[in-house]
Amino acid sequence: MSIDDVCIIVPVYNEAQTVATTVSDLLQSFDHVVCIDDGSGDGSAELARAAGATVLRHAVNQGQGAALRTGFDYVLLHTASSYVVTFDADSQHLVEDARRMVDRARAEDVDVVLASRFTGCTERMPLIRELILRTAVRFTRMTSRLKVTDTHNGLRVLSRRAVQRIDLRMTRMAYASELLDAILPAGLTYVEEPVTVIYTDYSRAKGQRNSNAFNILFDLAVSRLRAAP
Amino acid sequence: MIIKILLIAAALGVAVLVLREEVPGQREASRRAAGLLVVLAGIIAVLWPDLTTTVANAVGVGRGTDLVLYLLVTVFAYSALATAQRIHRLQHDVTVLTRELALSQAPRSGGGELPLRPEAGTAVGSAAPQEHP
Repeated sequence: MSIDDVCIIVPVYNEAQTVATTVSDLLQSFDHVVCIDDGSGDGSAELARAAGATVLRHAVNQGQGAALRTGFDYVLLHTASSYVVTFDADSQHLVEDARRMVDRARAEDVDVVLASRFTGCTERMPLIRELILRTAVRFTRMTSRLKVTDTHNGLRVLSRRAVQRIDLRMTRMAYASELLDAILPAGLTYVEEPVTVIYTDYSRAKGQRNSNAFNILFDLAVSRLRAAP
Repeated sequence: MIIKILLIAAALGVAVLVLREEVPGQREASRRAAGLLVVLAGIIAVLWPDLTTTVANAVGVGRGTDLVLYLLVTVFAYSALATAQRIHRLQHDVTVLTRELALSQAPRSGGGELPLRPEAGTAVGSAAPQEHP
């Protein structure tokens, strides 16, 4: 049984090794997979298209936040999907987790289902990464007032209403915190679902550098200071 | 003493500017006027070298060279900031353009025949294109 009122958004930036598998795995469970190719130079876009995804292309790399926002706009403009799932292209996530999260969003009628790798089982996470992520969680719990246990997980389910109400301005990784901070002010409901995140050598090499945590904090601090006056 | 107040005020001014989206004085006219003023001041300082020291002494600085250096640092901080913010705005514009281009070239029915919304084109972000047949 394939799900047809859900649109999966996969931001892609130079993921030639994994994007085709990610897309075809997703298509087994979901009818609509939209890849936002964020200016890849390794043919990821063609691979995703060949695997059966709808591909939108950023001519120049703009960051994951911008890619997701393009995906959100696409969903609102061109589809009638009731739910949007954001899903990383580096095969960190399991399709069955996404399915379960969509089911839960429907069953409990919530706007946002967030994935948590800390209540779920996480495989092969490096210690330093765990420390940084846990610090990020503490920080975000303060700023967003959400009782979450994970904050920078690329797997999320958003209702159409949530996509309409959440306006992302951060172009790079800080969007993840921005999104969480927007949930309560936008009057949206949320739950957290335990998931599995698989740390492969590939995803570790491809993923965020730990030092990027500093950039994220800086982006957030500046935006907050600018928003204040 | 006067110079201390002036320099601290200038430093605080730069700090305020860091937090603002846009540094004032970015209009063409003000930039040109400022440029001409600098040229004029430079010529005067060359013709009457002692003048910088006279002005320096008036605000509590020993040597004219020092005053020129202080001015240089302040103006440099301002101009570095203005440039950084201009780049930031350009980056923002590029993002808007890139996203809009991606959306306008999006396949209407690519892999997986996405169902079109009957009343498409409502309630989207400000940067989204709104062209629907």
